[in-house]
Amino acid sequence: LGLALYAGSLCAASGAAFLYHDYCIIGAGPSGLQAAYFLQRAGRDYVVFERSHAPGSFFALYPRHRKLISINKQYTGKSNSEFNLRHDWNSLLSHDRRLLFRRYSRDFFPNADAMVRYLEDFASLLKLRVQYNTAIIHVTLERDRQAWNSHYFLLTDQDRQNYKCSSLLVATGTWVANVVNFPGSEYVEGYETVSINPEDFAGQTVLILGRGNSAFETAENILGVTNFIHMVSRSRVRLSWATHYVGDLRAINNGLLDTYQLKSLDGLLEGNLEDLAIVKDKKGKLHITLRFYLENRNTSAGIDSITLPQDELDNFATRAPYDRVIRCLGWKFDFSIYNSSLRMMPGKGDKKKYPQIKPSYESRGTRGLFVLGTASHSVDFRKSAGGFIHGFRYTTRAVHRLLENRHHGVPWPSTVYPITQLTNSIIKRVNEASGLYQMFSVLADIILLRENATAFEYLEEYPVGVLAELEMQTGRKAPNGLFVVLMEYGRNFSGADKDVFYYNRAVGEAQHAWQSNFLHPVIYFYKRLPTEREMRLRPPDWPLPRPDAIHHILEDFLTDWTAPNAHILPLRRFLENCLSTDLRNFFAEYCFLFAFTRQKLPPFCRQGYMRMQGLVGSEGLRRHAVEAGLMEDYTRTDFLGNRPPDSHEGSQDQLLRDHAILVRPLQHLVNAKDE
Amino acid sequence: MSAHKDRWVSSFSFLLFCASSIPTQGSTRLLRELSPQEYFSGLQAGRASLAYFSPNVSPGAQPFLEQIENSAEALQDYGISVVKVNCPKEDVSRYCGKENALRKAYLFRGNVLIREFPTDALFDVDSIVANVLFALLFNEVKYVETLADLQDIENALKGRSNMVFAYVPATGTAEHRAVMEAAFVYGTVHQFVLTTEATLLKDTGSDEPDVSSARLLFCHCQRATDLAQPCKRTAMGQALTLLNIHRHLKLMGAPLVTEVAEDPEKVSTVHLQLGLPLVFILSQKETYEADRRTAEFVAWQLLGKAGVALLSRDLVDLKVLLRSNVALKTPDEGVPIKYLVLEDTDDVVTLVEERSKVEQIQEDEEDEEEEEEDEKEDNNQDVQDDQVVEAVSRDKKRELPLEQILALTEDTFHSALLDTARTVVLFYASWEAVSLAVLRSYAEVADHLKGTRGVLLSRVNCWDWPGVCTKENVTQFPTIKIYKNGERAVMYNGMWGTEELTSFIMLSRVSCPLKLATMDEAEGYLRGEFPSELSSYHHTSLLGVFSTAMSEAREAFEEAGNVLSGHVTMGMYFEDDALALSRKYAVSPPALLLARSGGRSVEGIALSKQSAQDMVRMIRYELLDIFPEITVQNLPRYLQLRKPFLILFSDGDIGQVESEEMLKLAKGRLQQGFVACWLNLKKTPVGRGILKTYFATVPSLPLLVWVNLHAGGQVFHFPSEQSITESNVLSWLEKLKAGLEIPSSTLSEEDWKPPLPAYDFLQMMETAVPELPLHTSHRHGDMPERRPSESPGGDTAVQEEPSQETEAEKAGSPGRDLRGTAPRLATRDKQGKRHSEL
Repeated sequence: LGLALYAGSLCAASGAAFLYHDYCIIGAGPSGLQAAYFLQRAGRDYVVFERSHAPGSFFALYPRHRKLISINKQYTGKSNSEFNLRHDWNSLLSHDRRLLFRRYSRDFFPNADAMVRYLEDFASLLKLRVQYNTAIIHVTLERDRQAWNSHYFLLTDQDRQNYKCSSLLVATGTWVANVVNFPGSEYVEGYETVSINPEDFAGQTVLILGRGNSAFETAENILGVTNFIHMVSRSRVRLSWATHYVGDLRAINNGLLDTYQLKSLDGLLEGNLEDLAIVKDKKGKLHITLRFYLENRNTSAGIDSITLPQDELDNFATRAPYDRVIRCLGWKFDFSIYNSSLRMMPGKGDKKKYPQIKPSYESRGTRGLFVLGTASHSVDFRKSAGGFIHGFRYTTRAVHRLLENRHHGVPWPSTVYPITQLTNSIIKRVNEASGLYQMFSVLADIILLRENATAFEYLEEYPVGVLAELEMQTGRKAPNGLFVVLMEYGRNFSGADKDVFYYNRAVGEAQHAWQSNFLHPVIYFYKRLPTEREMRLRPPDWPLPRPDAIHHILEDFLTDWTAPNAHILPLRRFLENCLSTDLRNFFAEYCFLFAFTRQKLPPFCRQGYMRMQGLVGSEGLRRHAVEAGLMEDYTRTDFLGNRPPDSHEGSQDQLLRDHAILVRPLQHLVNAKDE
Repeated sequence: MSAHKDRWVSSFSFLLFCASSIPTQGSTRLLRELSPQEYFSGLQAGRASLAYFSPNVSPGAQPFLEQIENSAEALQDYGISVVKVNCPKEDVSRYCGKENALRKAYLFRGNVLIREFPTDALFDVDSIVANVLFALLFNEVKYVETLADLQDIENALKGRSNMVFAYVPATGTAEHRAVMEAAFVYGTVHQFVLTTEATLLKDTGSDEPDVSSARLLFCHCQRATDLAQPCKRTAMGQALTLLNIHRHLKLMGAPLVTEVAEDPEKVSTVHLQLGLPLVFILSQKETYEADRRTAEFVAWQLLGKAGVALLSRDLVDLKVLLRSNVALKTPDEGVPIKYLVLEDTDDVVTLVEERSKVEQIQEDEEDEEEEEEDEKEDNNQDVQDDQVVEAVSRDKKRELPLEQILALTEDTFHSALLDTARTVVLFYASWEAVSLAVLRSYAEVADHLKGTRGVLLSRVNCWDWPGVCTKENVTQFPTIKIYKNGERAVMYNGMWGTEELTSFIMLSRVSCPLKLATMDEAEGYLRGEFPSELSSYHHTSLLGVFSTAMSEAREAFEEAGNVLSGHVTMGMYFEDDALALSRKYAVSPPALLLARSGGRSVEGIALSKQSAQDMVRMIRYELLDIFPEITVQNLPRYLQLRKPFLILFSDGDIGQVESEEMLKLAKGRLQQGFVACWLNLKKTPVGRGILKTYFATVPSLPLLVWVNLHAGGQVFHFPSEQSITESNVLSWLEKLKAGLEIPSSTLSEEDWKPPLPAYDFLQMMETAVPELPLHTSHRHGDMPERRPSESPGGDTAVQEEPSQETEAEKAGSPGRDLRGTAPRLATRDKQGKRHSEL
């Protein structure tokens, strides 16, 4: 309270100096610019603070070896721009077709300089309001009942300039290098500063701490000139093609795995870095020992008195001395600028490098503070793509939509369709939607059913973690049940130790679709919106609680889910059974027949034919339908007499149908009487 | 069906009861063990017994003894006792002494030896019973080997008694036993003849020389008067079991035609008791004799399939239509009698036969289903049952002639619109069946319009170019828009058919409404000659006539023109001499002149409504014909009136007289409140499907039908013996309204439920991965009402137990046609019950 009072008095003292904006974005990296783009399009009052003189300052330095590991696919064989974003991991979302990354680089794994240029263009072409050379060094709160969130955010920059905002969007990324402290860590060079010139490593023996992409990227660079490279880290290596997580070790960086397994001197070791110690001998060589030995020895007795592991264990693995030790341990979020009243807490366990946020990307500690971009990855760390451009461009859009609804009364965009378009809407989205595909299991399309299931409302890319709050967060109502469309990998398919190449890893039949392993669409059906409690108690590894029904669309080698029988038909049956209706299409002739012989019509006839939009169909198509036994050919007048026994394969069925029709009048009477 | 079976099982057990109550010595054990002395001294005259002589326990005869023992009970029903005679060691008498005698069984009647059976003829109960009865019923059952023997017996029986002729492939079989058992009961009533010679079967005219299966024919020799003619025969259709034979003989024994004089609801005959329908021939005093002959004729044809009764209407007060001539009563409980008007005796036979075939098929299906349930489940669900999707995928290898249609892209879209006066764009998705079906019609349109100037046909595949489609606000597939000089777009909202679309495009070329500058133009317009683009095009023209001052009405008319553009041509005349023009048609401005079919008749209508909406509604209404030929394309417009339909079904054009009478009738439609129309089966063949649904068969045409489409769904048909005249129809309609007519059928009220169940992945996941904590324990406790198995009504079939679901579903889909499209009320009801039971 004392702090708040202090802060309050501070702002009162220099109140006139505040520059006000509805939205303040810290950081003009990809996610900051992406958020700025949406705010600009919506005509909102916003500003972006960037400490550097240009956007994307992180990319100006990193990755050190300049090779981005986000793919930049030039060709997909398709012209569908939404679909192509699935294989363009660098572009931000915009309406401007010039701002597609493939115009900036032709490389599959582009150079980071291209990203810097791209971000500069993105900010300037779209005229985003970025205030450069402004480093926010302190953020605090000012209580005010009038404010959107009962408080304003007060930002202070390096020149003591103050800014006041209603909503704060933190897009600072994770840029503080992780450091470990152990005896001798002063001999360790950091990834940030280590030489990238392979010449400097010629004939040297190198130890690398860390096992992420930066560690392997560094190793890759010097692999050809060193004596050998050893890599140490606590956990085993995780290959992204086994874990299906793009943040794990990518195949492009993994040359060292090859030389290790083929016994070409390089090697990987597991061990806790906290237990290490490095001792430098007189020749400048670095020896690995254990902190344990150092603690036991008398102080200042000199190098020779230090016990090395090989003294006791003469085949100790890292007994050979190293010329250099390089630290490549990744980055963490900068928590330092936030006043404690904002309660920006680090996450738990392996998420401690990220601030704690809700699945809506709002800070757990402060209402109105949203974390965007890489720093928001705690929502789907080691699962989906929320820490990467190709993922957070969509989550940023989702946050913008949440804000539009919360502060400006603009409900989540949606389209209302007649129920006959239900199968089509889903098929269209799962085949082209990029957000669903990149942010699998995190963003989901929501289909809200209207009363009597005659129509539905389609909402795209809603954060599935806050499904229970859907009505409040989107301004849309869900009283009649809903479908949730998202994409998933098979539940037991991914993992560092999983064999992802086993025989029969792919399922081929629709009836076994639930066992699909590769990324495929899954549709959950709820008769009513799940509650927060149900969301909390959902099974582990499930993005959602137990639905009333679930459907998996069979995985597809080409990720093309348009096969009429393998993909669309089972989906239709699922939807039909959830809605308890018949979603088939009928030619106008059959609607005509039904209009005269049934009191009720199927939705397709009701919403099409009856509104003068019947599907007349060409003669050829009708003939096909007759041949398939799905239509009766009424032009044949002999159908009551003895038809030739052969006719076609369906003759038996035809016969049966005739009988069925013959008894019907009797049954009508039965029915009428019974009721 | 099971109910019927029960019924005749019970009547048969009565028969067995009679058989078994033939006095027996109340022995406590069925197989008695006696000494030779006891046995021979105890033999009574006329009592049959089967004896087996056993020296001691002989191990080799053990299985044989077992069969004998088993048959004791069956034989006891026929008053035959089974005795095991224990031979003392020293006995060397006739039966005990000889070694080979011990391998035989002996049948005695009294103390007379009838037959001795080697044990290998008595291999099981069937063979024991069959052979023993065969021996005992030597006189009742004649065994024949040649055709001559058979004919001798037949001739001897003519005029005296009927004959039951049975063929069994071998004696000692179950069929043989069934015949013998039947003969035991009926042997005194009918002469039984048995053969094992297949050639005899062939010569009896049986067209089915399947010698491996036993057959039984009932020969009506008692009625036979002509010695030269063979007796009429009725083959038994079912397998030779005692129950079936009993049933068959009961049916053969029933009177050919039952004459009844009471309420048919109360009538019960042996046929109904045995689960067969009863056909009533409704007769009157005047025609009674002729009707009886008809009834007998029908009865012969239906012998064994249905009963025939002759009902005299004079004696019974029937509340049914006078022209009904046949009634059908089914054995099913609670099913009302169906009264029909049939023209031919064949129709009666067809009616019954089709019905029995359906039953047969359903039974077969049920059997099959039980056997291969799992297999079928899989087969059905992944078979396409959407006619449009299936038709399109069958057509996918054919290359569409799309040369006339310009494929647009994101880059070319806007420039293409600017190039031509009218650009028609079909927005579609290349994976979506309905839009591909429309694309086929669109290709035909392009062919029709080839060379038409000022119109460009184009398409955008939204799967390739989603940006264009989103920008053009295309939310569903397919969508057709017509762009005028790249600007204002009109969305096509008519039928997705070649003709309709072509006409829409053509009419859209002319502005709507079209301002007419001179009187000549206006007149030419009404004649269909102006504008010249449309002169070759058959259409209805509307001309709005306004005086210069009426700007408000004129604006409304223009707005209405925008809405109706493409569907109708609208002209507008507001020059100084507008008054003169309208006077000509006996109206004054603002007025509407309506010229149907090339200006042969021009109708003047006063424009009283001022708003554009009202005007659109009025114009749409005026465009409806008074007595239209109803087609697939125009039906929805008439359905919007939400009135009952009076339809004249006709095979081809309707006659002059009928046409005139109907027109007279229709002209009073405002008062009548119904849509009078006709349907040409040649042009709209699906009308046959309608008639079949209404009347089971296609009745003779023309036929006038009244359908309450929107209220109750009853269907009535105008008596075919009356001629269709205005007065006849009107008085019939009066009767309809008074409730004096009985509907021929009622439209199904069934909802459109999912044709087949979906894969229940949720259940599969739970079964396959039981440790999957999908069902957390407290969810059970917290909200049990949400557990699928308890969901009330079970409205999502996904949650059904799959086996039940598929069973119900299969019963409901005897045809693979549309898999549940055709209404199947009974089974749907059944399914509904299942749901609520869950």
